[in-house]
Amino acid sequence: MTLISKSSFDEIERNIKRQAKTRAFYTIIFILSIVFIIILGVDVANERNAGSFSRGITKVFDFPLDIISDAFERGWGWYPLLLKYFPTLLSTVNMALFATLVGFFGAVIMSLLASRNLIKNKFIIQFTRRILDILRSFPEIIIATLLLYLMGQSILPAFFAIAIHTIGVLGKLFSEVIENIDEGPIEGLTSLGSSWPQKIIYGVFPQVFPHFVSYTMLRLEINVRSSTILGFVGAGGIGQALKLSIAWRFGDHVSAIMVLIIVTIVIIDRLSSLVRHRVIGLKI
Amino acid sequence: MSHFQNQDFEVSKEFLEVQKKVDASTKRNYRRVSIGFLILFIYCFVTSYQFGLFDIGSRWFSDRVSLMLLDTYANKDHIIMRWDNTSKISVRFEGSKKMTYDPQPDFLIYNNDGNFNTMVFTSGRKVNFYKNFIELEGYSDVVGKLRLGINNYGKPAILSDQKEIPKWIRVTENKIEVRPNLFERIQIYKSKVVVHRYQVGWRYFFFDFDSLLRDLSFNDIIKISFSSDRITPELGNNYFILQEFLNNSIWFHGPVFFALLETIMMALIGTLIASIIGLFLSFLAASNINPFKIIRIIVKRFFDFLRAVDTLIWSLLLLRAFGPGLFTGIFAIALTEIGTLGKLMSEAIENTDPNQQEGVASTGASTLQKQRYGILPQIMPVFISQTLYTLESNTRSAIIIGAMGSGGIGMLFLSYMRTGVDFENVAYVAALVLITVMLMDLFSSWLRNFIINS
Repeated sequence: MTLISKSSFDEIERNIKRQAKTRAFYTIIFILSIVFIIILGVDVANERNAGSFSRGITKVFDFPLDIISDAFERGWGWYPLLLKYFPTLLSTVNMALFATLVGFFGAVIMSLLASRNLIKNKFIIQFTRRILDILRSFPEIIIATLLLYLMGQSILPAFFAIAIHTIGVLGKLFSEVIENIDEGPIEGLTSLGSSWPQKIIYGVFPQVFPHFVSYTMLRLEINVRSSTILGFVGAGGIGQALKLSIAWRFGDHVSAIMVLIIVTIVIIDRLSSLVRHRVIGLKI
Repeated sequence: MSHFQNQDFEVSKEFLEVQKKVDASTKRNYRRVSIGFLILFIYCFVTSYQFGLFDIGSRWFSDRVSLMLLDTYANKDHIIMRWDNTSKISVRFEGSKKMTYDPQPDFLIYNNDGNFNTMVFTSGRKVNFYKNFIELEGYSDVVGKLRLGINNYGKPAILSDQKEIPKWIRVTENKIEVRPNLFERIQIYKSKVVVHRYQVGWRYFFFDFDSLLRDLSFNDIIKISFSSDRITPELGNNYFILQEFLNNSIWFHGPVFFALLETIMMALIGTLIASIIGLFLSFLAASNINPFKIIRIIVKRFFDFLRAVDTLIWSLLLLRAFGPGLFTGIFAIALTEIGTLGKLMSEAIENTDPNQQEGVASTGASTLQKQRYGILPQIMPVFISQTLYTLESNTRSAIIIGAMGSGGIGMLFLSYMRTGVDFENVAYVAALVLITVMLMDLFSSWLRNFIINS
């Protein structure tokens, strides 16, 4: 005696096959649409671009080879160039560091105001969140160019641009972390009659601090990258040096600056992942 | 009772020891934290000083700030009267000669019987144009009537007797500048008078000055779009309206939308290409799939290299090859993204559950089938959510790369900024960028939820 008759078994099989068919159909449509978008985009690009794709692809290695050969021509004199541009690199990294720090403190304050479990007033939460959305959405370059016009050429516009963006990004991430904490410590502190700041300092911060630090380190790495980019549009630092040496066609200078930037990014990347792993591993 | 006391004593002794330890560690912690904060504070102070954060107030070009803010939400008409032909006053939009009003607007009143004409500001204050001078009317901090004009020596001067000249009038050798508030400005030169009359709003946002549809209301436009009488014989009405809108010579909707599309294309195609190549390469870098250590290490170092060479440097290198255009942006985004995504996905593949793979293998599946049914379903959620997450951040990168010279809305923004005149256009592009990035964010999170739920 069989528990499942042959016919019902067949039906189940048919159902599964039908499901697989519809799923395959959707997958094919999805893939086709992606292929279509890529082909269309490349076609439009080919039409709009100053040079076509086929001509450009042959020249991809021209510029890198140019600057490398320039660097070799310079010989031993290339190494002092690294030293020459080191101060500009320091100013860029310092700017990113300070902007991240300011962004961190701003984000902590904003995230406290945007977390549902700490603030009961819905209006404040929504208001803070919309502000964070706006701060997050503007690319740094737009804020930086606007401020460059209003403040003149200096490092401050880039600093503000990065700090503002960092507040937006970190504020959102921090508030998500805060909303996921264990409420027990806060309840315990409430039962002891502690004030709101005490609840935050002893109930919330110990839980969220590792996550905060790890997100901030990740952000620091991104901010170092964007501070070089902002230098490129006129905020000083190593980005500006790069722009000038490209404009003057000093291949040896360009290669030295690029090496400095790449090495810095690798170091910061390693450092931030080291700190992240240590802090998350600790889990206070 | 004594027993109780005894025990109590013993416990408190231990307790005191523990308490002492706790106290010491708290003290140590406090010291550490306070030293940390002190260093932080000193660093912040020194850096702020170095950056010039303390004298930030003096660093702003305050005239630029006010002008820019004004320009973003207001527009102005120039009212020009030449001293040699005072009967004819011309009104130009933003001072452009091509945009001179032919039926003149209502705020200019010609008094046919009198010997003067009147211009009314939005605030209701007036300027009267006489043959040899102009007269300001309605300003509370001026006693009597203020007359400005050309004196006997042929120079601009204040003609009426004034006990004290208000602060907002600046008299120089060849020019008198009157700026009572942001919305009113009068300049008197040797040859002419120029009055700037500001109005709030983005004028001619839909149809420009030369358009036939300029002064029509929204209802009229709707009526025209449904009516069968053609405005121009060559084009259908709807197409004509669209053409007029896109070819707006003040707001440049056509080029702006195209630049926006270019930027979105850069981000979308760059992300798609990167996700396909990155997914493929990540299989090569995963230790549980690829048994050849050398290839694994090469691919992993390749990912590191792609990430270390920043988007900035990629775009600069590619800019030389492909020139300003979409390709530079697409490949700059794709190259960086392959590094990030490849690293993430190879880690995800290494963390997959081997049981599923073994289960699939036990049915006699080939290597390819093993990966398709044993691994791909496990990493697909990570892959999709990561790709969609980066889509939004890549939109932002596309704008930045564009500003560096590869086109799109970033470059357009920078070029508007560099001319430094049309801040309403700057504000328009900035608003579009904000909306685009937000929509991209919403779209990617919606798609993520949709795919993961189904």
